[in-house]
Amino acid sequence: MSAALSPPEDRGGPAQPLLSVKGLLKHFPVKKGLLGGVSAKVRAVDGIDFEVLKGETLGVVGESGCGKSTTARLLLSLIDPTAGEIVFDGERVGSRALSLKAFRRQCQMVFQDSYSSLNPRLTIEASVAFAPQVHGLPRREAVARARDLLARVGLDPRRFAERYPHELSGGQRQRVNIARALALQPRLIILDEAVSALDKSIEAQVLNLLMDLKEEFGLTYIFISHDLNVVRFISDRVMVMYLGKVAEIGRSDDVFSRAQHPYTAALLSSMPSLDPDNRTEVAPLAGDPPNPIDPPPGCRFHTRCPLAEPVCSAKEPPLAVTDGSHRAACLAVQPGSGHSLAPPAAGSEMAA
Amino acid sequence: MTQPAIEIRNLRVTFAGVVRAVDGVDLTLAPGEVVALIGESGSGKSVTLRSLMRLHPPRRSKVEGTMTVAGQDVLAMSQRALADYRGATVAMIFQEPLLALDPVYTVGEQIVEVIRRHEKASKAEARARALELFQKVRIPSPERRLDAYPHEMSGGMRQRAMIALALACRPKVLLADEPTTALDATVQIQILLLLRDLQRELGLSIIFVTHDLGAAVEVADRIAVMYAGRIVEEGTARDLIRGPRHPYTIGLLKSRAEGALAKGSRLDAIPGSPPDLAHLPPGCPFAPRCPLAIDPCRADRPPPIPVGPGHTARCIRTDVSPTLLSPASRSDAAPA
Repeated sequence: MSAALSPPEDRGGPAQPLLSVKGLLKHFPVKKGLLGGVSAKVRAVDGIDFEVLKGETLGVVGESGCGKSTTARLLLSLIDPTAGEIVFDGERVGSRALSLKAFRRQCQMVFQDSYSSLNPRLTIEASVAFAPQVHGLPRREAVARARDLLARVGLDPRRFAERYPHELSGGQRQRVNIARALALQPRLIILDEAVSALDKSIEAQVLNLLMDLKEEFGLTYIFISHDLNVVRFISDRVMVMYLGKVAEIGRSDDVFSRAQHPYTAALLSSMPSLDPDNRTEVAPLAGDPPNPIDPPPGCRFHTRCPLAEPVCSAKEPPLAVTDGSHRAACLAVQPGSGHSLAPPAAGSEMAA
Repeated sequence: MTQPAIEIRNLRVTFAGVVRAVDGVDLTLAPGEVVALIGESGSGKSVTLRSLMRLHPPRRSKVEGTMTVAGQDVLAMSQRALADYRGATVAMIFQEPLLALDPVYTVGEQIVEVIRRHEKASKAEARARALELFQKVRIPSPERRLDAYPHEMSGGMRQRAMIALALACRPKVLLADEPTTALDATVQIQILLLLRDLQRELGLSIIFVTHDLGAAVEVADRIAVMYAGRIVEEGTARDLIRGPRHPYTIGLLKSRAEGALAKGSRLDAIPGSPPDLAHLPPGCPFAPRCPLAIDPCRADRPPPIPVGPGHTARCIRTDVSPTLLSPASRSDAAPA
């Protein structure tokens, strides 16, 4: 490989988070009325903080409108944040030390729709070789790298390199997208519903491939999905989002076996049981998620929450530590919050 | 035995003369029975469903076999009889209600139109029925929602409205084509439970097409698994989940992420991809991906083989297929 495009090096050491997001906020203006005046805004992502550690897979789950895809697009600067800061391995993205172009070399994305994310007029080899050439790799080397990667994702270059996207199946196209994301030797890959459109038998193949590639290339993943089973399987840590806010974040096992936020609990029990003798009898939640244009005051979940009390609509719960690295934004688990189920505040000896 | 609600015999649907999308499907539904048709894209499940409504363009598709719904021969109907049949005997709900509902009429107007097309009813009577339907599918503030346009409703609400529309003329059979696939998890379970309640209340026969085994188990009495245009295994939901016998069904169950042993273990993926429907192999279409395939599998199409009461599998190796379920056959599941 040419020195012009050598793999980026680790700067901050293993303890420094690869990605650190602070106060990320995105409001989309909504045009209303005949004159098109801006009178409302969609609070798609409404102030979130999180970190992605080196070498981990962070799963992001939530329903439509919770801001998970907007977050992904903000991370890659595909859209500009209204406010907030993204720090990649110690350097602020867009600063002099880390230009946007340099950052994007290290952070790639795979989208849900495998067809619309490929150029229909380029062979898949040309698609994979495109970005390295933009970043200065000579064409011959870029093509060699593309063929290597196609072989690595299970598409024999002798059979597939000259094909066009429409000549491939959905699973094969998604493998091309993964190869393309790898072409710049990135450190972080954001997978936005990358396996959601695939059939189950193909989904399992692609998940296996993603796990192999992660090990082989030392990658870090942000894995966005609405499928809790898949997220549980692939993630080290999980972030649950609701209406533009982080509801809960923690180690995958903790979140799935000891959910702290009632929304997480409802999401988990909404999964079909796959047990014909033990079908779900009552839906855990009623109604749809509210509109992010006009989110409820206080805790955004209080309109659907089985534990809601008056304090929940008055006070917005912070994302606070509940246990070790496990954090949840729910007053019912936060000491001294005023919620009747809250544990007693530390230090005060209040009777239960 | 009473007359079946649906009887499909040797259904074959060919597109453009070569693509055998459905290749010999037999399926019988008793009145009030719910059957889930599961399979991956291209397996022929939606094509089978659409054939029951005769929705395939006659010029570009060839439909053979027989289909009887509530005693009526579907393929023999005139255009006029077909228009009476659709909506009144059989109704269908789709994955994407925003595409299935007309964007320029309110939902209430669409329901009124359907009722008045099929029955003698005044506008006021039809509207009262529409309101009743909205209450039945549990739409909050139904009176106000009748005057809403589809785009003004949320996804779950639109799906409820489409179900109300489908039930407007009291059909005996409901065909559901992936009705919960596009919905969020917390809404999906609400719609599945609603369908189950409505089925019990109205005694509907339902064919529920889905690719999600979990959703199928929530609503179906029986499950039929499709692969390459044929039903490869059919049985009660319980038999199929607890004792699957076709290697494809077993593969589907084993490749699910929730079945995986531990983090870091690999999923038991089915290798390869589904066959090209324009060039089907002569034998069992699953043979190229099947770990148990032997020469006879590649020579002839396996017939449905009974493996239990009401449980059949199109596989000549059902005697050994249960060994695939045991953990010992997990070739690469050992933790690293």
